[in-house]
Formats: sequence, structure tokens, C-alpha cells
Amino acid sequence: MAATRTIGNRALYLRRRMANTIFITLSLSAAIFGLIWLGFILETLLSNGIAALGPHLFTEATPPPGEEGGLSNAIVGSLIMTIGAVVIGTPIGIYAGTYLAEYARYGRLSFVVRFVNDILLSAPSIVLGLFIYELVVRPMGHFSAFAGTLALAVIVIPVVVRTTENMLLLVPNGLREAAAALGAPQSFVIKLVTWKAAQAGMITGVLLAVARISGETAPLLFTALGNNSMSTDVTGPMASLPAVIFQFALSPYEDWHDLAWAGALLVTGTVLTLSIIARLLEKKQRN
Amino acid sequence: MTDITLTEPSALTARADSARKAGAGDTRFRITAFAAAMMVLLIFLGVIVALVSGAMPAFKAFGFGFFTTEAWRPSREIFGALGPIYGTLVSSAIAMVIAVPVGIGVAIFLTELCPRVLRRPIGIAIELLAGIPSIIYGIWGLFIFAPWFQLHVQEPVILATEGVPVLGTLFGGNAYGIGIFTAGLILSIMILPFISAVTRDVLETVPGVLKEASYGLGSTQWEVMWKVALPYARTGVVGGAMLALGRALGETMAVTFVIGNAHRIEPSLFAPGTSISAAIANEFTEATTELYTASLIELGLILFFITFIVLSCAQMMLRRMEKASGK
Repeated sequence: MAATRTIGNRALYLRRRMANTIFITLSLSAAIFGLIWLGFILETLLSNGIAALGPHLFTEATPPPGEEGGLSNAIVGSLIMTIGAVVIGTPIGIYAGTYLAEYARYGRLSFVVRFVNDILLSAPSIVLGLFIYELVVRPMGHFSAFAGTLALAVIVIPVVVRTTENMLLLVPNGLREAAAALGAPQSFVIKLVTWKAAQAGMITGVLLAVARISGETAPLLFTALGNNSMSTDVTGPMASLPAVIFQFALSPYEDWHDLAWAGALLVTGTVLTLSIIARLLEKKQRN
Repeated sequence: MTDITLTEPSALTARADSARKAGAGDTRFRITAFAAAMMVLLIFLGVIVALVSGAMPAFKAFGFGFFTTEAWRPSREIFGALGPIYGTLVSSAIAMVIAVPVGIGVAIFLTELCPRVLRRPIGIAIELLAGIPSIIYGIWGLFIFAPWFQLHVQEPVILATEGVPVLGTLFGGNAYGIGIFTAGLILSIMILPFISAVTRDVLETVPGVLKEASYGLGSTQWEVMWKVALPYARTGVVGGAMLALGRALGETMAVTFVIGNAHRIEPSLFAPGTSISAAIANEFTEATTELYTASLIELGLILFFITFIVLSCAQMMLRRMEKASGK
């Protein structure tokens, strides 16, 4: 009797230990699975992109197939629209985030705004592009960089709202109370004390938003469209790096593919650098 | 001793003035903040109104038949959403089947098993996957991954499952490289960091005492994770998965490159198909007629509706989790 019980127990222990080993191996391989893809993607980007890099990328506009050319119009277009979107989206995002954190933290209205903002944060960007198409492009009758900028701004706003609110919530209430006790009106408390305290975190939000829109393609396809020559006219169609990558990568021409890879490397480099800076800043804020 | 300095009347009014001005600035600031918050609501309502009004012609022309028609023939002005809806749902489902277990595995690895020194670098590396823009996944998927997948996975799998019931159908047909399965696979890589990040956050809220108690009873790591930590963090993990699902459903560029852009439903998962977002991205600027544009916008409306529901559920679960952990 006793002997069989010991054997039974040993089998049970063995089974449990085996299950444990399998589980540890599996979760280790899950992490490796993720890392392998990252390595695979970055390696292809570097090997294909570096070959196509060169000063001509920044000085020449996108060429017709078979000719030499660069990406200058796309780079300028992306810069103009990204900066425009940040200029429009950041103040709205910061004020809205401030409203949620400082004025109506527990209100029912804030609950709705917060909910809607989180939906917009994860909503498909292509749908936001359709919204701007209906709002701007259709009434104007033609594609324009202005519409592209607005589409990107709609993506910037929820990102900035969320980070601003989160960062303001980290500011200790003692600071607010101390400032209010000195007789500062609420707007002064916010502008001079809480915003100052949450500064690094709020900049993180803006950087994350820039990172997000730098690679954004879908909403630009039918707002800013694209442009094969250099243009700084915001009322007309404008090229952007992601849209050029899309157009060139799906073309049958070898030299267009090379430019697409070079553009892809530029975009990824920018986005990853921005996200890493943002991460460092956020860490600084939380400490 | 008591030396009270009286402020002159003129200085008093000046101070009252500045106080009044500050008060006015205070109100102005408050109103600006309120208006900005309302702007967020306005954008949301604007999206719905714009999509509904843009989709009206298609809704009038096809009614509910739009949802059940597979045919998509722009030349004859016949549009049906079934193909894109199918592609969106199936590619996202494939992505979830792969990414949920792997994402949870990564989170467990990072919170429990990984040596402390490696935790941050590996965590950041996984999260960088979320930072890579969608279009990069697309171009990589089309030029590098799809040919590799075609040669090393699709062809052997098609050969191996030939004649086997169910599997033979699911993995039948030709090896194109691109297709719904490829799209799902790339989506799974893209949403993996969302699942692992949320899971990691909620696993960290599991009280140490619970785990220690379980270890004290002699549990193995697997038992502690599977029977104590994960059940405790369940709501959060499901919320994170829903959030990732919302992303997968609406993902555009990566899918557009590799799904094949074919408006048809095939029994094989390897076959080319299309998704709602891919159809819009590919065809919107080519849509020449009013009805064509309206049909694409109605597709957008359907996508917005589906993601709205998924994301709402995700939010409710994550909020509940946050409340429970006392944040």
C-alpha cells in the first residue's frame, strides 16, 4: 500500500516538474519569438535601406521610373504636415487633458470625454482619414496638405490628452494646495505649478504623438494624396514619406523599390529615436 | 512695536484691479480647457456624422443586402461588404490565436523568469515592435516575409495536409505567399507588444503575498502563474487582449500590402482576400462614382462600429482592473 503511494506521488511530482519545465521553455521561446521578428525586420531595413541612402535623397525630388532622384519633396511634405498637426493638436490635447485632471476629475462629463478619447486613441486611423475627407476634401473639391495636416492632428489630440492627464495625475496634491493657500487663482496654480511639475511627462506625450504620426500612412492617402514634385503649398496635394513608400513599394520598378527602402529606413529611424527619447523622459517624470 | 503700514488707496485699487484681471484670466483658462475637452467629443461625433452621411447613397442603394453580398464589381456598380468583413475578422482572429498566448508568455517571462538585468532591455525591445510604423511591416511583409513564408511554410504545409479532411481545405490551394493567413501572422507580431505590455502591468499588481503563499504550499512556478497570478489578473489580461484586437481590426497598411486584395471568400486560409481597411486604402482614390465612394465609406462605418464595440469592452475591463488594484 505504502509503496504504491510513494510511486504515485513521485509520478505526480515528476508530472508537475515536467509541466513546469515545459512552461518555462514556452515562455522563454515566446520572448525569443518576439525578439527574432524585431531583429529580422531591423536587419532587412538596414541592409536594404543603407544601400539606398545618400545625400541625393535630401536634395532631389521623387523621380519618374528609370531616372535618378531622391525623396526631398516627401521629406519636406512630411515635415510640414507633422509640424502643422502638432501645432494644431498639442494645445487642444493639453487643455483637454488639463480639464480632465484639474477641473473635473470625477465628473460624469469627464468620464464620457475620457471614454471617447480612449476610443479615438485606438480607432483605426483610416477611419479618421475618411472623416477629414468628408469634412475638408469633399467641400473643398480637391486633395490638400491642409486636410492631411488636420487628419494627423486628429490622431495627435487623443495621444496628448491621455499622456497629459496621466502625468498631471502624478503631481502630488500638496503642491496644488500649497499654491492655492498662497492665494493663487486656479489657472495660476495649473500654469505655474502643476504644468511645471509635469513638464517632462507632457513633452513625452507630444513626442509619442509625433512618433505616431511620422509613420502614419492610411489617412494621408485620401487627404494629402501625394505630389511628385516639390510643393510647400498647403492648399494643394503634398507628398509625404509614408505615402511615397506605399506608392513606390507597390510599383514594378526596381529603383523605386530602392527609394521606398531608403524612405522606410528614414521613417523607422525617426520613429524609434523619438520613442526611445519619450521613454527616457517618461521615466524621468515618474521618478 | 506694532508698525502697521497702511497701503495707500491707489495701490489698493491697483491690487484689486490685478486680482480682478487674474479672476477674468482664470475664467478664460477654465473655459478654454472645457472647450478643448468638448472638442474631443466633437471630433468623435463628427466622425460618426461624416461616415453616416458619406455612406448614405450606398445604404439607400443596397440596404441590408450590403452586409450579405460577397460580389464587389465596381464596373457594374455592385458592392457587397461580406468579403472585406470576412477578411477583417478572419485575419484578426488568426492574429489573436497567435498573439494572445505568445504575449502572455512574454509577459510572464518578463515579470517572473527573466534575470533582472535583462528585464528592461528585453521589455523595451518587445515594445519597439509596437513603435515600428505599420507601413514598414507592410513593405517588409511583401518583399521579405511573404516569399520566405511561401517557400518554407506554405508549400510544405499544403503538401502535408493534402487530402486530410478539414485541414486540407483550410490550408489548400496554391502557395501565393500573400494571403489572409500571412496578414494574420504579421498582425500577430504587431499586436504582440500591446498584449504583453498590458499583461505585464496587471501581473505586477498581483500581491506578492498571494504568490508567496502559493510557493509556500509547494507550487511550481507554472502553478503559481497559471492558478494564482493569471486568475487574479484575468480581467486585465482580457482587456489588454481586446485592446489589441481593436488594433488588429483597424490595422491598414501592413494588411494592405500582404492580404492580396481579392474581394472573395475562399475556404483556404492561405488564399488572398481583402479586409475593410485594405479595400478603403487601395480603392478610395480610384473610386470614380458616387456610389463607389459611398460604399467604401460605409465599409469604414462598419469598421468603426466593430472597433468601437471591441474597444469599449476593453476599456470597461481595464477600468475595472484599475479600480480593483486601487489606482
